[in-house]
Amino acid sequence: MTSLSNSLSAGAEPQVLSPVGGEVSDFFALLKPRVMVLVIFTALVGMLVSHVHIQPVVGSISLLMIAVGAGASGCLNMWWDADIDAMMTRTAKRPIPDGRIRPDEALAFGVVLSVGSVLVLGLASNWLAAGLLAFTIVFYAVVYSMWLKRATPQNIVIGGAAGALPPMVGQAAVTGSLGIESFVLFMIIFIWTPPHFWALALIKSADYAKAGIPMMPNVAGPQSTRRQIIAYSALLFPVGLAPVFLGFGGWLYAVTAFVGGLAMLAFSVHVFRNREGEPERKAAMGMFGFSILHLFLMFSALLAEQSLGLFRPVFA
Amino acid sequence: MSERPVAPRPLTPEEAQRRRKRSIAIAAVLFALVTIFYVLTIAKLGPQVLNRPI
Repeated sequence: MTSLSNSLSAGAEPQVLSPVGGEVSDFFALLKPRVMVLVIFTALVGMLVSHVHIQPVVGSISLLMIAVGAGASGCLNMWWDADIDAMMTRTAKRPIPDGRIRPDEALAFGVVLSVGSVLVLGLASNWLAAGLLAFTIVFYAVVYSMWLKRATPQNIVIGGAAGALPPMVGQAAVTGSLGIESFVLFMIIFIWTPPHFWALALIKSADYAKAGIPMMPNVAGPQSTRRQIIAYSALLFPVGLAPVFLGFGGWLYAVTAFVGGLAMLAFSVHVFRNREGEPERKAAMGMFGFSILHLFLMFSALLAEQSLGLFRPVFA
Repeated sequence: MSERPVAPRPLTPEEAQRRRKRSIAIAAVLFALVTIFYVLTIAKLGPQVLNRPI
């Protein structure tokens, strides 16, 4: 953020600094819509595994506010990280580094949505859920973006907690309390995050080095990162099966988590074995893509079991 | 001694259209907020919202 502010004050004009400001679509892009979809999805599963009656209006508005809160934290993240986003090919075309939205516009947008989403969630459901949503936003925007990301290679391990919290916010919104179910869903996403991001970081390490971000491949080296990807994938396997042993994941979920968990391990070993050139890139991208599919299928299985009546317990 | 204020330049057609779209988006969000609070009130209070002593 600092260098961008300096470059603006030093007169290095971005492409557009119109008095009118950015397009509506640019503001929407600030909310990281794809992350919002994932947040809605995981929060909904957090609600459904709670086995309580969900008032449709309250449930829908709560989900919407959880998504808006997540989008607001993404917006604040883009505001703070605009200087490093400008240096990396993956993020250079985001609205702020591309000059389509001024940093102060993004900051105001993010703060208003953060406060608004927390207040409306509190009024719609309860203040435990609202407090958890506020914690998620602060954790992502302040603890992760402003501190961890530029300070430690464990950035996405600890910061991953922010992305893992939506199921707990969802459960809190419909029950007013927290249970083991949403905590297990939190742990699944938390353990899933490092192998997912490090697969991408392996092939984008030059970008991260240019931006000065201490990602694991840049600090500990690619080989150590590959070993850690295997370790986290191995840990994800039993954690992924925990819902089955705790009784809220049925046969459909058990098969999905078992097969997907083994495939994650296989992909991680494939990444470990392919260390050079195009095979390395393909293995890492394969791991990155499959990790998204694995998480999606596990949560889809829970969603189908809870909402379509497909739940058949593995243990009587 | 005070400097003369600089008159703002007129907006280009593209800027005017962008401002119009943003105004519509803000109106839509405000309308959605009003709807959310209305529907939420009915959902939380139910039929009791109309049942009060005069």
